[in-house]
Amino acid sequence: MFNSLSEKLDKALHVLKGHGSISEVNVAETLKEVRRALLDADVNFKIAKEFTNTVKEKAMGQNVLTSLQPGQLMVKLVKDELTQLMGGDAEGINLSGDPTVILMSGLQGSGKTTFSGKLANYLKTKKTKRPLLVACDVYRPAAVDQLHVVGGQIGVEVYSDKGNTDPVAIAKAGIAHAKAKGLNVVIIDTAGRLAVDEAMMAEISNIHKAIQPQETLFVVDAMTGQDAVNTAKSFNDILNFDGVILTKLDGDTRGGAAISIKSVVNKPIKFIGTGEKMEAIDVFYPSRMADRILGMGDVVSLVERA
Amino acid sequence: EKSKTSFFGKLNKAVAGKSKVDEDVLDNLEEILVSSDVGVNTTLKIIDRIEARVAQDKYLGTSELNQILREEIAGLLSETNSGEDTEFVIPKDKKPYVLMVVGVNGVGKTTTIGKLAYQFKKQGLKVVLGAADTFRAAAIEQLQVWADRVDVPMIRQNMGSDPASVAFDSVKAGVDQDADVIIIDTAGRLHNKINLMNELSKVKRVMQKVIDDAPHDVLLVLDGSTGQNAFEQAKQFTAATEVTSLAVTKLDGTAKGGVVIGISDQFKIPVKYIGVGEGLEDLQVFNKIEFVDSFFK
Ligand SMILES: Nc1nc2c(ncn2[C@@H]2O[C@H](COP(=O)(O)OP(=O)(O)OP(=O)(O)O)[C@@H](O)[C@H]2O)c(=O)[nH]1
Ligand SMILES: Nc1nc2c(ncn2[C@@H]2O[C@H](COP(=O)(O)OP(=O)(O)OP(=O)(O)O)[C@@H](O)[C@H]2O)c(=O)[nH]1
Ligand SMILES: [Mg+2]
Ligand SMILES: [Mg+2]
Repeated sequence: MFNSLSEKLDKALHVLKGHGSISEVNVAETLKEVRRALLDADVNFKIAKEFTNTVKEKAMGQNVLTSLQPGQLMVKLVKDELTQLMGGDAEGINLSGDPTVILMSGLQGSGKTTFSGKLANYLKTKKTKRPLLVACDVYRPAAVDQLHVVGGQIGVEVYSDKGNTDPVAIAKAGIAHAKAKGLNVVIIDTAGRLAVDEAMMAEISNIHKAIQPQETLFVVDAMTGQDAVNTAKSFNDILNFDGVILTKLDGDTRGGAAISIKSVVNKPIKFIGTGEKMEAIDVFYPSRMADRILGMGDVVSLVERA
Repeated sequence: EKSKTSFFGKLNKAVAGKSKVDEDVLDNLEEILVSSDVGVNTTLKIIDRIEARVAQDKYLGTSELNQILREEIAGLLSETNSGEDTEFVIPKDKKPYVLMVVGVNGVGKTTTIGKLAYQFKKQGLKVVLGAADTFRAAAIEQLQVWADRVDVPMIRQNMGSDPASVAFDSVKAGVDQDADVIIIDTAGRLHNKINLMNELSKVKRVMQKVIDDAPHDVLLVLDGSTGQNAFEQAKQFTAATEVTSLAVTKLDGTAKGGVVIGISDQFKIPVKYIGVGEGLEDLQVFNKIEFVDSFFK
């Protein structure tokens, strides 16, 4: 299904080979293939268009180095541009609070509860923190039970209040509980919500205002399609979140949503989820993600071959 | 934001006094379709067909073109789907009717089962649920909440037990209790995990020890906000379990779920249900005309 970009470029590059310079004519076909590969990888339509326009401008403005074929130059331009778009070095979590409060947000089923557990486990084992998980999803059937099971698996305490249906009150009480027990990280799990659900967006905004977290994280499924931009933008408008978590990257999705989100909100992607187990968490490497979206391993070898 | 008037407005202008749909309209159509996750391949297929029909029919008014557009898109959706059904129906000749629900993680399988159970129960059918997701934290408790809500029996074992064994027990209990419908929940799994896909084939096979043609329906649940990866999901789940119908969830959001058009076209699996919320009543029988219309809203 997913032909890698390199294969596509390979085809398009036949047009370019033998030409000494990049012109409007020979660049068009290549860019069409690049754009198509991006769309196949679920990069947003408008962003893919902007991206190829940027690459085109750079290509046209640039003189072809004698050592590079125009085709090679195009590949390099695409790769560099995308890597730059994906952001700089991996960014960690701000742990300056006492306690540090971390708020999870995102659509239904994106992986918030699972990631809350993974992050707690990571901070406990890798950063010697004493985390508390707080169950603020008062809607989803057995959401509180789920967080308790997760907490049990990693040996992290879970604060919940079964009779309470006010997430703001639960979040505040959770933080107070952490302070009383000397726990120094509080991870607040929340219910999944759609960006168009005004009541639910107002709710998370209220939680956010009430607890003023050091880190607000937007958790998104890596398989998300074109709608990723709308969702990311809406959540960011309300929460001005600090970072993005990309889950389910253990699948075979190319994950183009990562580019879309990065371009639209310009927030770092901080961690990725790579499985259902508590250990399946990794820091985010922009260059690796760019490689994945483009099938870049192959493109690099293509450059070497050319 | 693309409004309905802007697209059909352009369509209007473009066809006025012409026999060919112009480039602008097609570009606009391409944007609408790709932005609805229809995918480049299927989008090009639709555009080609429209161009061909426009070339063939000498004169075309806007309303005809508008109609053609809908027809061509809807035409890719399965023919077995008339788009006119509004009822949740179960074939009368299969009793109990066994429905197995599969899909990747977090798409809405368990929730869809709760909603389906509600619909069937409302018709006076006797429903039994099987909690064969024994892996995910509190998955059994989650389905139990739905079973209690709808007031139907649920067969369960402990977390970590063999899902095939739960499926077997559930089908057996359904037969013993003279149920009309048995719905089996399964754990979410990514389609590229071979062991988990094999496990699913086994869950399916085990039911046949009780009823030889079970499951009668394998429902693949797709998240409406999923992009092109849904193709691979349809392909791999079909390979492992012979998927017979699709449900598309979370269409109450801004995602359009257009990827099912290509899937339906390529795999000939009808879309049966759409999920439009988290409540008991938030499941609808799929209507392809409304679905197509939503792209242009
Ligand atoms: N394969 C895989 N599955 C994941 C990953 N992260 C989460 N999941 C699974 O995705 C499903 C949904 O995860 P949850 O943590 O319940 O998602 P959520 O965002 O809390 O869901 P709601 O609370 O309903 O909005 C579960 O089956 C998880 O096991 C991941 O990185 N890889
Ligand atoms: N808005 C909306 N949310 C939905 C819909 N269907 C399911 N959900 C939500 O999506 C989340 C995941 O649903 P589940 O039913 O747990 O999904 P699942 O496929 O069983 O998940 P796993 O068993 O973990 O793989 C929950 O928060 C549901 O309430 C829908 O149609 N609309
Ligand atoms: Mg959750
Ligand atoms: Mg489930």
